[in-house]
Amino acid sequence: MRKRLPFGLKTENALSLGALIVLFVLSSIASPYFLQVQNLLNILKQVSYSGIIGLGMAFVIIGGGIDLSVGSMTAFIGAIAVLVVNWLGGGAWAIAAAWVCALALGAVSGLFNGIVVTKGRVAPFIVTLGTLAIFRSLTLYIGNAGQFISQSDAYGNMGMSSVLGVPTAVWVFFVLAFLLSGLLNRTRYGRYVCAVGSNEKVATYAAISVDKTRLLTYVITGVMVGFSGVLLSSRMNSVNSSNTAVNFEMDAIAAVVIGGTPMTGGRGTIWGVVIGAIILGMINNMLNMLSVSAYLQGTVKGLVIIAAVFIQRDSSRRGSRA
Amino acid sequence: MTDALVRTSGITKEFSSVRVLDDISIEIRAGEILGIIGENGAGKSTFIKILSGIYAPTSGSIEFDGRRVDIRDAAAAKRIGISLIPQEFNLIETLNVYENIFLGAELRTGGGLLDRRGMIAQTRELMKELGATVDPAASIRTLSVAQKQMVEIAKAIKVESRLLIMDEPTTVLTAREIDILFGLMRRLKARGVTIVYISHKLKEVRSICDRVMILRDGRFICLEEADALEIDEMARRMVGRELNQIFPPKRRSEGAVAFRVEALAVPDILSDLSFEIREGEILGFAGLIGAGRTELAEAIMGIRRISSGRIFVGGRELRIGSPASAVNAGLAYLSEDRQGAGVLTSFALHKNVTLVSLAEYAHPLISRAKELEKTRFYVDQFEIKAPSLDARLENLSGGNQQKVSLAKSLDTDPKVLIVDEPTRGVDVKAKRDIYAFIRELADRGLAVMFISSELEEVMGMCGRVIVMREGRAVGELTGERITEEEIMYYAMGIKGGA
Repeated sequence: MRKRLPFGLKTENALSLGALIVLFVLSSIASPYFLQVQNLLNILKQVSYSGIIGLGMAFVIIGGGIDLSVGSMTAFIGAIAVLVVNWLGGGAWAIAAAWVCALALGAVSGLFNGIVVTKGRVAPFIVTLGTLAIFRSLTLYIGNAGQFISQSDAYGNMGMSSVLGVPTAVWVFFVLAFLLSGLLNRTRYGRYVCAVGSNEKVATYAAISVDKTRLLTYVITGVMVGFSGVLLSSRMNSVNSSNTAVNFEMDAIAAVVIGGTPMTGGRGTIWGVVIGAIILGMINNMLNMLSVSAYLQGTVKGLVIIAAVFIQRDSSRRGSRA
Repeated sequence: MTDALVRTSGITKEFSSVRVLDDISIEIRAGEILGIIGENGAGKSTFIKILSGIYAPTSGSIEFDGRRVDIRDAAAAKRIGISLIPQEFNLIETLNVYENIFLGAELRTGGGLLDRRGMIAQTRELMKELGATVDPAASIRTLSVAQKQMVEIAKAIKVESRLLIMDEPTTVLTAREIDILFGLMRRLKARGVTIVYISHKLKEVRSICDRVMILRDGRFICLEEADALEIDEMARRMVGRELNQIFPPKRRSEGAVAFRVEALAVPDILSDLSFEIREGEILGFAGLIGAGRTELAEAIMGIRRISSGRIFVGGRELRIGSPASAVNAGLAYLSEDRQGAGVLTSFALHKNVTLVSLAEYAHPLISRAKELEKTRFYVDQFEIKAPSLDARLENLSGGNQQKVSLAKSLDTDPKVLIVDEPTRGVDVKAKRDIYAFIRELADRGLAVMFISSELEEVMGMCGRVIVMREGRAVGELTGERITEEEIMYYAMGIKGGA
């Protein structure tokens, strides 16, 4: 019997967790500031926004798809949230309405991606490449290529708030990770996502509704984008129609992959996404502290992604019995 | 003739410290056809995968033609002159025949462009040599299984293989196609090609092979002249004990009608199929490959769209259209394509068992303890050999995977069980187990639809047989009339109208 680890961690997490620990030790040696609580909390906060999206992305990838539209969708939903807050006067009710609109809009956007992928039989790469362009363009159009600036201090305060000293975004990230980890590992739906991504035909024969299962992975991702959109726009108390959440899709996919979920689908881990996101954040943090040019940080990130996949490439299957 | 082409010394293979092949030292004579038999998990596949460079042995060495060789990968094996024709073909479906045969060794014209005409001519020559009728320019997708096999063999012959390894080549062939294959094997042998032949069909092994090696649990049992081994003796040595009657006794079923199909039709595939099965009855479906039997099962299960027809389960009409409604109505289907449609090899054992019936275990969180408990039940009942209850299925042998697939189908507690080639690629012991389970299920009141291309098992298991041809039921045989000849007459259109 395979050993079970607490908190839904899996043995698959061992590799990425090991990398995280090594990186942690290296960083604390490299810079005395690294271990300061404020710095560590900052890292967590930095990675929460794309990390939350990564949680949904894991479902999409495990189910055998990909979603490239999440970055521009975040900007779009963030912008709408700011508009809603302003329209309704910026009070508590306005903020609540912004949350509802953002989550609903995320679900609907994901539904659109999912329907075209499953019912329209268009490759997910293409569908979401299309919606990537659409969401960014709509944001630019509505905002006249400028800023969406919130007129509510309360909205901005929410974005900067902390609970028990930990930023709200980090709380949301971890709570969602906990819930989605449960959804993936402990419910029928999670099992079906793995089955569909592993072998669509077997899933069909097992009376699993392949289309519905797959469609929902995009909806889940859309809802995660809704969370991220509100948290991100409230942190800045504004959305920049051309800059906000650019390349979030890459960060989200990178976190999933570094965390040990294979791009081929069929299996994966949610806590791996959390670990992967933190690894990315720590690397950025270290490069900043070592004052490496910001222009070079992308190179390091790229190398880490490739190395992570290289190390994890189907190591569990090699030498197994046919 | 008695020169050794291959000599293995102490070949041993371990997977994560489990020994699956133990100290195999044999000689394969030049120009012979050597049969390898054994139960699933006996180590046959591992042995030939080592010979063909897919696995590296944990210890031991191989001599080829008197020289020590290190077969590092499939390309190295090919260079030496060893070709493997795997059970699952290695053909690129979207390319055509000659492109597959010349893949990686394309002919070029003087200008460096592909010499299409030359390759087609050579392919035609190869096919003529093999006595096969396959158009060199046909797309692989359009070929029958037998034709695909011919293409695989042509690929092997083209590189002048001296040792040709065939892994269960006859499993998917009809009787006529098997005759053609055997003729071809004899011709190859006459040309000096040495053949290693793995099969579960002992009768075939005895008729085509010069010598037979028997493996059991990874160990060498014997290597003898095929003439000297009776089939009973082969079976006995494979399992290591006496095998008595392989089929359970038949029983007459007088139960109520449990399953009725009326005028089912699928455009271009099935027309006007009607039949009924009683509780406790095992109704056989025989016919040639392509007669529409699997398609019939798929139509009933809602996987294939039908144009007309009605289905009743226990008197209630079933809304046809989705696998979910079929399962809810009490139908279960064991697919012929075990790895393609039956089980998830990358999933754990217990997750496969509960795949269809998962709702029973989730309220709404899945109870792992309940899953494992039920899995233990099936592991005990079906004697499934597995390292653990949550082992990945790819670590189980084919026969055990098939038992898992059966457990998965049964865990929904069905009223009607459709089994499609239930013992394909399964060893004698597992076959007998599966026959016994199916009989037992029928005795408990299930209606069983038994689709099989192995006439022996149709005759052994069924009290009534429907023969299909070209999407129609062309004959129905009962009792004494169920004979091999009678079934073939109907299947081939000699009886039962054109």
